[in-house]
Amino acid sequence: MYSEKVMDHFQNPRNVGEIENASGMGTVGNAKCGDIMRIYLDIDENQIIRDVKFKTFGCGAAVATSSMATELVKGKSVQEAMQVTNKAVMEALDGLPPVKVHCSLLAEEAIHAALWDYAKKKGIQIEGLEKPKSDIHEGEEEDEEEY
Amino acid sequence: MKMDRFIYLDNAATTKTAPEVVEAMLPFFSGQFGNPSSVYGFGAANKDMISRQRETIARALKAKPFEIYFTAGGSESDNWALKAAAEAYAAKGRHIITSRIEHHAILHTCEYLEKQGFEVTYLDVDENGIVRLDELEAAIRPDTILISVMYANNEIGTIQPIREIGEIAKANDVLFHTDAVQAFGQIPIDVDECHVDMLSASGHKLNGPKGIGFLYIRKGVKIRSFVHGGAQERKRRAGTENVPGIVGLGTAVERAIRTMEERAVREKKLRDYLIGRIEKEIPYCRLNGDREKRLPNNVNFSFRFIEGESLLIMLDGKGICASSGSACTSGSLDPSHVLLAIGLPHEIAHGSLRMTLNEEVSEEELDYVVDTLKEIVSRLRQMSPLYEDFVKRGGAK
Repeated sequence: MYSEKVMDHFQNPRNVGEIENASGMGTVGNAKCGDIMRIYLDIDENQIIRDVKFKTFGCGAAVATSSMATELVKGKSVQEAMQVTNKAVMEALDGLPPVKVHCSLLAEEAIHAALWDYAKKKGIQIEGLEKPKSDIHEGEEEDEEEY
Repeated sequence: MKMDRFIYLDNAATTKTAPEVVEAMLPFFSGQFGNPSSVYGFGAANKDMISRQRETIARALKAKPFEIYFTAGGSESDNWALKAAAEAYAAKGRHIITSRIEHHAILHTCEYLEKQGFEVTYLDVDENGIVRLDELEAAIRPDTILISVMYANNEIGTIQPIREIGEIAKANDVLFHTDAVQAFGQIPIDVDECHVDMLSASGHKLNGPKGIGFLYIRKGVKIRSFVHGGAQERKRRAGTENVPGIVGLGTAVERAIRTMEERAVREKKLRDYLIGRIEKEIPYCRLNGDREKRLPNNVNFSFRFIEGESLLIMLDGKGICASSGSACTSGSLDPSHVLLAIGLPHEIAHGSLRMTLNEEVSEEELDYVVDTLKEIVSRLRQMSPLYEDFVKRGGAK
């Protein structure tokens, strides 16, 4: 079901943990739907992401996308981190099963939420960053026609 | 990573076909392959073979052989029972009663019937998953034609008060169907004593082959054929009989009935041992389902702050096969309808784990399972923002 890379990031997740007094912290998702991601960012005065940690409640894909997303933004500038889209996360993981694509959206959302928190604390604006929705599943219920 | 363990704890999903069952089936593939409807002895002999299996199954249910109709499995039996009964009794009424915790073979069939103009009442269950009899009685109306309540639940193993439900159905002159896919072969069933009119069962849940099952239809229940064609199964289910499958099913049923008592004693003991160790050693867990009125081989827990699919993948990595009612394993955004029906909040339902035992599993293996589970649950909790919040709120003492 999962690619080798997804399995690797699920079984050996990178950057699990918390950052005390983080520059930015974002939590997205919904326990009701079965996945919540929290990202902590440590950003220096040059707007470089020095460290990043995550915690995730969710399926294998949710953990793997969080782990990969943290790897992709670590060491990058805030502007570069904005380029880490769900598509980039998915590609880096050699793809996800169609039903798990929403997990990668959640990872992108979690990064944005943490950046939003950082920008708010600093009183700055990050180009292209919008206030994250707290629940990406809203309006996403699928109604499959059967029979 | 070399895996030296293989512990199969998903026997409610499917079971190993018993070697004696395979052996009984083998002659009917390339050797005695004749069509049972043939005139010549080579084929007709298989008709006798099928009759013997029908007798074995009928004895197991205290039914009559001509009341057993072979199908392709539990889902077909459920579909047939509901759709054909609805059609046959539509002149009397268009109301059906079932429960919220049925298998999807029942629930989705009911949804289909609702689209066809039938009305369905879904009975609530109590916190252990047992249908409330007073609600059932109150739900019956003059136009009620059918009650369908499962014998035992596939996820949480709860055994329903089938005899009481049957008595209520009989007193109100309403047909009673039960999906016994999980119960048949595990616990004794008597269709007369329980006033069951129709009963669905499947081969592969009781160490028989996949793709074969049956529907018991009480004499006098006037439902029509579901599969039209030849005159097989007393003209009620067309298609050349699955002779190897039927022989396999009959052999598996004979075996299940012969070993039932001994198996149940052993599995109950192991089940309660597993439940006991988990409750004692893993914090923030909850046993789902009734402690007493429970299938001998079913264990179902929710572990707070973690998600079921992650748990399953990690267990798989340690050679343990189990299942979960989380959304990610159900293919939708919602966790198991059964766990929600017994009142679990979504986030706790997502963290469920079902382990269903068989006659081969040992106490030593279950010790390994608990030790592994402890480690994995703890690891996943360390990764969980829900657990982090819980700890920060001062929850974990």
